[in-house]
Amino acid sequence: MTVSPSAAAEQKKFRIDTVEHAAATPGTELPWAELGLKEDEFNRVVEILGRRPTAAELAMYSVMWSEHCSYKSSKVHLKQFGEKVTDKMKEHLLVGIGENAGVVDIGEGWAVTFKVESHNHPSFVEPYQGAATGVGGIVRDIISMGARPVAVMDPLRFGAIDHPDTARLVHGIVSGIGGYGNSLGLPNIGGELVFDSVYQGNPLVNALAVGVLRHEDIRLANASGAGNKVVLFGARTGGDGIGGASVLASESFDATKPSKRPAVQVGDPFAEKVLIECCLELFKSSVVEGIQDLGAAGISCATSELASNGDGGMHVELTNVLLRDPTLTPGEILMSESQERMMAVVTPENADAFEAIMAKWNVEYSWLGEVTDTGRLIIDWAGETIVDVDPRTVAHEGPVYQRPMARPAAQDSIEANSFNAERPFGSAAVKDAILELMASPNMCDKSWVTNQYDRYVQGNTALAMPDDAGVIRVDETTGLGVAISTDANGRYSYLNPYEGAKLALAESYRNVSTAGATPLAVTDCLNFGSPEDPGVMWQFAESVRGLADGCRELGVPVTGGNVSLYNQTGGVAIHPTPVVGVLGVFDDVARRTPSGWRQDGQAIYLMGTTQDELDGSEYANLRGHLGGKPPKVDLQAEKLLGELLVNASRDGMIDAAHDVSEGGLAAALSEMALRFGVGARIGLGEVCERDGVDLFTLLFSESQARAVVAVARSEEVRFKDMCSARGFAHARIGVVDTEIGALDFQSNFVLPLDELKAAHEGTLPRHFG
Amino acid sequence: MSTPLIGDFSVAPENDALRAVRIGVITFPGTLDDRDAARAVTIAGGTAVGLWHAEANLQSVDAVIIPGGFSYGDYLRAGAIARFAPLMEKVVDAAAGGMPVLGICNGFQILTEAHLLPGSMVKNNHLKFSCADQLLRVENNSTAWTSAYEQGAGMVVPLKNQDGQYVADEKTLDELEGEGRVVFRYDGDNPNGSRRGIAGITNAAGNVVGLMPHPEHAVEPGFGPDSSAYGEVGLGYGTDGLRIFSSVLNSLVAGGKS
Amino acid sequence: MPRIVVDVMPKPEILDPQGKAIAGALPRLGLTGFSAVRQGKRFELTVDGDVTPEVLEQARTAAATVLSNPVIEDVTRVEVIPEA
Repeated sequence: MTVSPSAAAEQKKFRIDTVEHAAATPGTELPWAELGLKEDEFNRVVEILGRRPTAAELAMYSVMWSEHCSYKSSKVHLKQFGEKVTDKMKEHLLVGIGENAGVVDIGEGWAVTFKVESHNHPSFVEPYQGAATGVGGIVRDIISMGARPVAVMDPLRFGAIDHPDTARLVHGIVSGIGGYGNSLGLPNIGGELVFDSVYQGNPLVNALAVGVLRHEDIRLANASGAGNKVVLFGARTGGDGIGGASVLASESFDATKPSKRPAVQVGDPFAEKVLIECCLELFKSSVVEGIQDLGAAGISCATSELASNGDGGMHVELTNVLLRDPTLTPGEILMSESQERMMAVVTPENADAFEAIMAKWNVEYSWLGEVTDTGRLIIDWAGETIVDVDPRTVAHEGPVYQRPMARPAAQDSIEANSFNAERPFGSAAVKDAILELMASPNMCDKSWVTNQYDRYVQGNTALAMPDDAGVIRVDETTGLGVAISTDANGRYSYLNPYEGAKLALAESYRNVSTAGATPLAVTDCLNFGSPEDPGVMWQFAESVRGLADGCRELGVPVTGGNVSLYNQTGGVAIHPTPVVGVLGVFDDVARRTPSGWRQDGQAIYLMGTTQDELDGSEYANLRGHLGGKPPKVDLQAEKLLGELLVNASRDGMIDAAHDVSEGGLAAALSEMALRFGVGARIGLGEVCERDGVDLFTLLFSESQARAVVAVARSEEVRFKDMCSARGFAHARIGVVDTEIGALDFQSNFVLPLDELKAAHEGTLPRHFG
Repeated sequence: MSTPLIGDFSVAPENDALRAVRIGVITFPGTLDDRDAARAVTIAGGTAVGLWHAEANLQSVDAVIIPGGFSYGDYLRAGAIARFAPLMEKVVDAAAGGMPVLGICNGFQILTEAHLLPGSMVKNNHLKFSCADQLLRVENNSTAWTSAYEQGAGMVVPLKNQDGQYVADEKTLDELEGEGRVVFRYDGDNPNGSRRGIAGITNAAGNVVGLMPHPEHAVEPGFGPDSSAYGEVGLGYGTDGLRIFSSVLNSLVAGGKS
Repeated sequence: MPRIVVDVMPKPEILDPQGKAIAGALPRLGLTGFSAVRQGKRFELTVDGDVTPEVLEQARTAAATVLSNPVIEDVTRVEVIPEA
């Protein structure tokens, strides 16, 4: 092990707590509680080591055993995602749960990797940098699989739109996502924007990234081959977010404890863009054996995970780490969350080639040490050992909790409290209700946000917001591509977390198939309150069970994701919010289906049936009501609807399709008309009669497994035959009319598109400028 | 290109003379639209050649495109650091010799920092990054990069930037107007506060052109804007930007190249 | 009219990507005399009339609450520049 010349001087700055010293001073008081460890967890560390940990070891265990890194509360439930799968579901899975991101085979030798992650707490503290570094982190996960990142998406949830703090968060978070993602050259192709007071002190900033690679390019995070060299490259290590991993994710924000506010991480998108290109060149030149990004828990995580996933041993010299802040202690260096860093394993023969690529891209690097076959992770400081651990005990054998859980006592009264307010009756009232709905914070036009994101860069975006899914071409010669959608409905999940998770999956699945793609795989970001609250833990367990059951029924596996707990302030948790991302594949993105109609005279069909399901709906939300049971979910019907939509797209039967979800048919028809500013004549009488519901209920109910499509006249017979043959309800509800400039609900009312557009587009600019 | 491409875009040459024209596309650290610009050249029928900022070698190209992005993060000023790249000296010399040079977005900013074009770009007057389809007017069709357009023709191409507001002193603006060097002007509402609605300009010789909007994102049916100045088009079928690339290829071929 | 100048700098321990990129560019231009660059912001608040202690205090409040983000930035100067 070489020691850098300045290391001897460096070491004098600290009284280094070596392993030898630790063994000799068993009685030393250690700040394990301040670092977020519980007493029994600390005792377990002592038991594992057979002595007290050194300060550096304590830092490593505390960050790696935090909720954020160890999944200690969620692990016992998450294993269902691995258990409730069939061989058929795994057919397209090249890399499953457990790596940085899952990898899915999409055919023709291509693979896609995608994952959604949260950056909720940091974004509340410093909205711009929190959101920016959230994008940066998920993109590095994608790079570390060996893929070129090709798109990002961002599901966002804020408090009430008119709360004084909401504007601060919206401005900071949206410009942070744009500022980072736009500078990386990654098209932003969709996301969500939800306002609900339950997210007031706990905004949800989830970021999804997708990357593309050839099968042979898959890279894994493991350190194999004793004698291979370990290198850290990218940005220098500073004091960013020290303790963020454990402190942020283990404690709720509490006004009485301001001292818990952490140092925030600052993102450098330019450094990350260079890092992307530099890594892709490393992969192309085959000079790295294994690679790991540095995110939460920084070097602690990278060294322990690489070592335990490989041959089991690693020996590094920590004074070789290039520092931005020379005053950092060894423990702080191990915990630092400085952004835009990667760690790789390189054979000695490839070291020169590695250095040449670093020089080309002007990226700093330092050789830290080497892979060993000792089964120990040994970290030295100027030649003295400060960490000597079995890396598996740090990375994989952390505490596992069977947290107590209990269905909240209030759940029965919540379910019994069905929406029974007076319903608008008569043409004028229903028309006003549509305008009010389409101007509401959750249903209004989102372009104030999405226009701040680049959707064109890379030239492969075939569909983006406001369409149902984002679509990216993968192969420019064949048109092979993917569609992705993310969805969640916190209100549904609050009413019934098991069904709510299935509903989120159903909607995301439906969005992808509405765009014309065949759903293939799932990623999830599970945002919940405190796991120490048995009610929240019950919500979490029910959600995971629902999602795992739903995935099995639809035949799409969960490939990876993230859990964010402790999203609560003052004892009040957010709604359970399982964000589900579904990835689908197209053999040719040229046949993607947009969400609006354009061709005069095309027939408009409603697929599926409508029941009286207003509980948890956007309409009930407008009236301040939340109670009852969420819409029924029938995944077999969703699957069938999906097949019909994909077939209709493949065979050129439909020119537009839009799923019916939040806001019901009223929102679906409004959005389809506004997409290209083309009106339609709509007649709903027959469907009302068929389904036994009144006009208002047909328009505002949020019954599932429904979609609206526009069918060319010449294809109508074929389309109807297809639906009939599969026994799927369908009804002709109107005709596209390029002349009238309105949605003409015949024999009821006329809704001019100008009026609808003004209501729909005015909301966000009015609140945010 | 020096960076790995996802899916090589290879179109069989339809016209050998066009395909023989070599258009360089420069990559700086932080450049984003380089592969898009190269794709546009290929679709227009020419041959794209990747140029690396640190190598002072133009590789015998016939024209140069400086694409969009955030070179060096735009941290000092957009384009301020990139203009000092070794390759830029060669570009400045070649431009003086008449070689067609096009700067798009960040490339336009680099051309102004390199004093190949007058004026500068500051933050949009609405202070936000904005990505939207934009209607432009071609006000000068005699440059190397606009000869395939009718004078006064409209074109719809994406406009996406944070620092897109073109500014210059009144004297410079009057000169640009007087000499017909305003090449593109925003049609309708001014999207970013640019002086006199200027979207793109040229040098006196007409070989160096810079513009803020992105013609390279309106060249391929299905992946461009939803509208066109030439009538209704299908979803993403706006390809009004393609003639920028055809213009330079045709003028180089007509000028005796190959 | 007098002005109050407010300087805001990124906190020393916080990454300054702007300064870093500029520091990287200088040696390439042969300007090798500098080991680091940090980029901050300067604000000029123009005052109508005299700069009273109250006005200066307002400037300090503005500097601490609006002009800087205390999470990542420090106010390094609040100073009156007399009329030229």
